[in-house]
Amino acid sequence: MTQPASTTDATFAALESEVRRAAAQLASAEAVENFRLDWLGRKQGRLKRLSESLLASAAIEEKKQIGQRFNALKTLVEAELETALERTRGSLWSDQSLRRERIDVTLPGTRRQIGAEHPITRTMNELVAIFAALGYSVGVGPQVETDYYNFESMNFPPGHPARDTQDTLVVAGQQRRAPRDRLLLRTHTSPVQMRTMEQQPPPVRIVIPGKVHRNDAADATHSPVFHQVEGLCVDKGITFSDLKGTLDHAMKALFGSSVRTRFFPSFFPFTEPSADVQISCIFCVGKGCRRCKQSGWIELLGCGMVDPAVFAFAAEKQPAYDPRLISGFAFGMGVERIAMMKYGIREIGQFYSGDMRFLEQFA
Amino acid sequence: MNILTTWLRALLPELTVTDAQLGEDLTLRGIAVEGIHDLGSGNGSLFEMDITTNRVDAMNHYGVAREAATIYGLTLAPGAAPLPAAHPAAAPFPVRIEAEDACGRFTARVLRQIKIAPTSSVNGPISSFASRMFTLLEQKQISNAVDASNFAWLAMGQPTHAFDLDKIHGGIVVRRARKGETLKTLDGVERALDPEDLIVADHAKPLALAGVMGGWETMITPATTNVLVEAAWFDPVAVRRTARRHGLHTDASHRFERGADFAAAPLASAIVSALLLENGGHCEGDLVDLQIPAIAARTANRPPVALALAQVHRLLGQTHDSEGIATATVESILSGLGCGLVPQTESGTGEAWLVTLPSWRLDLEREIDLIEEIARVHGYNRFANTLPAFSGAVAARPGAAAESLLRFTLRAAGVHEAIGSTFCSADDAALTEPQPRAAVPLENPLSAEAGLLRPSLIPSMLAMLGGNLHRDIADVRLFELGTVFADASPRSASAGRAAEQLIERVEESLSLAIGLAGSVAEDGLVAALELDFFHLKGIVEQLVACFAAQSVLFDTFPSDCALTPAWLHPFRSARLSVNGLTLGWLGELHPREAAARKFRSRVLVAELAVDRLLTLPLRRPALRELSHFQPVRRDFSLLVPGRLCWADLDRAIAALGIPEILDWRLREILATGPGIPADHQALLVSITFQAADRTLRDDELQAFTAAILAATERLGIRLRASGTQ
Ligand SMILES: [Zn+2]
Repeated sequence: MTQPASTTDATFAALESEVRRAAAQLASAEAVENFRLDWLGRKQGRLKRLSESLLASAAIEEKKQIGQRFNALKTLVEAELETALERTRGSLWSDQSLRRERIDVTLPGTRRQIGAEHPITRTMNELVAIFAALGYSVGVGPQVETDYYNFESMNFPPGHPARDTQDTLVVAGQQRRAPRDRLLLRTHTSPVQMRTMEQQPPPVRIVIPGKVHRNDAADATHSPVFHQVEGLCVDKGITFSDLKGTLDHAMKALFGSSVRTRFFPSFFPFTEPSADVQISCIFCVGKGCRRCKQSGWIELLGCGMVDPAVFAFAAEKQPAYDPRLISGFAFGMGVERIAMMKYGIREIGQFYSGDMRFLEQFA
Repeated sequence: MNILTTWLRALLPELTVTDAQLGEDLTLRGIAVEGIHDLGSGNGSLFEMDITTNRVDAMNHYGVAREAATIYGLTLAPGAAPLPAAHPAAAPFPVRIEAEDACGRFTARVLRQIKIAPTSSVNGPISSFASRMFTLLEQKQISNAVDASNFAWLAMGQPTHAFDLDKIHGGIVVRRARKGETLKTLDGVERALDPEDLIVADHAKPLALAGVMGGWETMITPATTNVLVEAAWFDPVAVRRTARRHGLHTDASHRFERGADFAAAPLASAIVSALLLENGGHCEGDLVDLQIPAIAARTANRPPVALALAQVHRLLGQTHDSEGIATATVESILSGLGCGLVPQTESGTGEAWLVTLPSWRLDLEREIDLIEEIARVHGYNRFANTLPAFSGAVAARPGAAAESLLRFTLRAAGVHEAIGSTFCSADDAALTEPQPRAAVPLENPLSAEAGLLRPSLIPSMLAMLGGNLHRDIADVRLFELGTVFADASPRSASAGRAAEQLIERVEESLSLAIGLAGSVAEDGLVAALELDFFHLKGIVEQLVACFAAQSVLFDTFPSDCALTPAWLHPFRSARLSVNGLTLGWLGELHPREAAARKFRSRVLVAELAVDRLLTLPLRRPALRELSHFQPVRRDFSLLVPGRLCWADLDRAIAALGIPEILDWRLREILATGPGIPADHQALLVSITFQAADRTLRDDELQAFTAAILAATERLGIRLRASGTQ
């Protein structure tokens, strides 16, 4: 069914005069808004309904003409609205009028939740940044290593207890291979030291963040999966006092400038002299508390001067690692332990639980 | 291991520091005192020691006293008083070492007319001291024979053994066991001996597992009157092998395995003998002492090591006190430790020495070992804190920026980072099929459920999602950026994956898993919106948008071609491919898996191969000139037949290549409504037009509209209604 053109004309003419009349009477901002909604409302506005009813029933050849009249009507509405707004603007901005728009500002804000950085990632990034500022580049390596990189080239003797399957997770069926080729899950990030030295002559400064695994029973402070940040610095004239100064600086950067460090002789196959490093207890500031077993000190990392035997392994591929000419130090620390201290985490297992309640606290 | 300060003070009569100070000074020099227990007035303290495995020489009272003597510059009392004169023997007791590779030294002393009795009932200076030490250590006293050996052990860490002399046939032979020989050891176990076992035998039979455990038959009993005291040096490897083979771990084997003091045997023998003799009896003949020179040459008589002061300074650096490590410091520390120093006078090289090494310090072999000793005894904390000079640049790790951008984008989308287990079960691995490569099994997994290195992050992601959902945490948004593992050993094409094939190479790749459940972050008064496929897809699209890619495609495969991973709902999942390369999968968890895991809410999971993503360069923003002219938006309500998908329409608009089309968006989907035929849906699409250099005219817009409608028409899409707004 189609409507004659004259009917359409009449309809539009009536609407146009209605618009003019109504607009002229608008006296308040509220009335203007109602007028706007009445005509231009997106869902129930009269223009919307009009366009649907007219276009649905119009013949194709009429559509163009109807469209033009319709657009003229819409332009009129918009123009009248503008005039009325201009006229009523003063009342629109009056206190009395704005009061109606009052909101309760104590209602909770609408926040967009941001995802949290995992505390392990966060701590590793923090450590990496501290050493980057001292000139260390980041080194990484595989988690599945050969016995050579994990043990042999790190100067572990053949019968060393760490090489036992009691302590190390090994890939199935490796007994048939030569010992040095056997695949295992690295037990420390130290293999990356050797891989780096094989790739580049001294000087070397690298910091190695990474995941390691041991065949350990899980408890509150032990996990078969954990993370380490290891460092290696090799150059001419690197000394034990440089090692001390570097780690003292790093611990102050990590825990605050009032933290003190203390070095103890220790033993690692790949360093000599070797040391354990304690920091003054960050909980009791050295007075003695439960966390530091009343000693005022907390053991945090292991380190030492790179053993000449390790340089000898590196020198097989990079002759510049001659222990008579260069020297270096290495250090390693457990990321979980540091994160647990920094954030007061009691159970190491929480790091790997994916528990939203735990993770979102780091957002 | 426990150490008594009373005993230390007996060995160091000039020691004046308090027990607490002694404990601290030892600890700072690597002889760690973990705990100090006061034993009451006059009894001193008990030190709980934690000594590193390389310092087996210090795991006894004499060894700790030697450290203290070095620290304070004191003189160590002799370890044993001289024994009373021996009765002459017709001939030395016959001892023969056949296993010259494994027994470096064997001493034998004959004691006659011995009376076996409890140590506490014996009167004599040594036995009463021993008795008191045992009491303070809360060590059970058994008899003077057993206790004598224990006393020598606690004093010096040197194992000894006493045989009932009258049960020995002929003399002693140290040799390897013969096939078929057996030995009943002191623990009462009858053992078949292996031809590799190192034994102490007489002329007829095995008497003891050398360095591990004595034999039952020659055991000292209350009836014993004549005793042969053995103190020897056995090779670490030989002892370790024998002990392992028989499943034994004794104090003696522990020490020999770590290297005993070649020179200690006579002194230990004297201590044991003196204790026994305090209850009567006498020595017969001199100590029989056989030594193998080749072994002495690599233990007690190692060649001296050259040490240069310049090397000490080069490696240790600055000390707090300005004079640093002086010549006198080096000499006093090393001689205190038992080294001999011969100054070298070659010109031009500065101070240097040839240093002989103490027999008890097998861990000292090289110059660096001596430098470590100097640092250790001088005190690590007396060295200054210096920072080495640095010139050079810090190199960025490849991929680090991209990884950090991925993490940032995920966090901005409200997803938390998680770290899951590295391991998975065989069932888990099957879930991630089809995988191009096999999962890597472990020889000694932590548990049966953790037998494989994960080939995918999905199992650990599902476990973490489950952990939350089962705790009634409804809204879960997690990601893990982690390593996955695959067996990448070269395989012959026909071999397949046979169980016995050797794993030669393991490939590690960086993967990203995303797991979502529940609703879009519900906060404030905004209504909760249940997460669906498109939220996940949106996150994935944003991640991919970090990179410069020519083509990004989400597609699906017929369910019967088994390409979609088993963890995914076959009709609510998609593959992501970028530049024609499969990059990952995303979608709803398969309802079968959801049911098996008792998930009651919809779970969405994705896994992307980040390594492949990282081969793409990061997208650099390419700026478009901003137009000064008004954009115009036109809305189209389109009737789309059910056989088509959005991508068809999307591509059709893109293919028009009209530069004035600024943007087009899907605004609304209506499945039913007036004028929507069956098997169709109405899509409201708004298209924005803008030209850089002019205001668009009506006729131009009409031409664009016509072109768009013509293109959609060719797909079978009709206009439902159009309007302007
Ligand atoms: Zn404390």
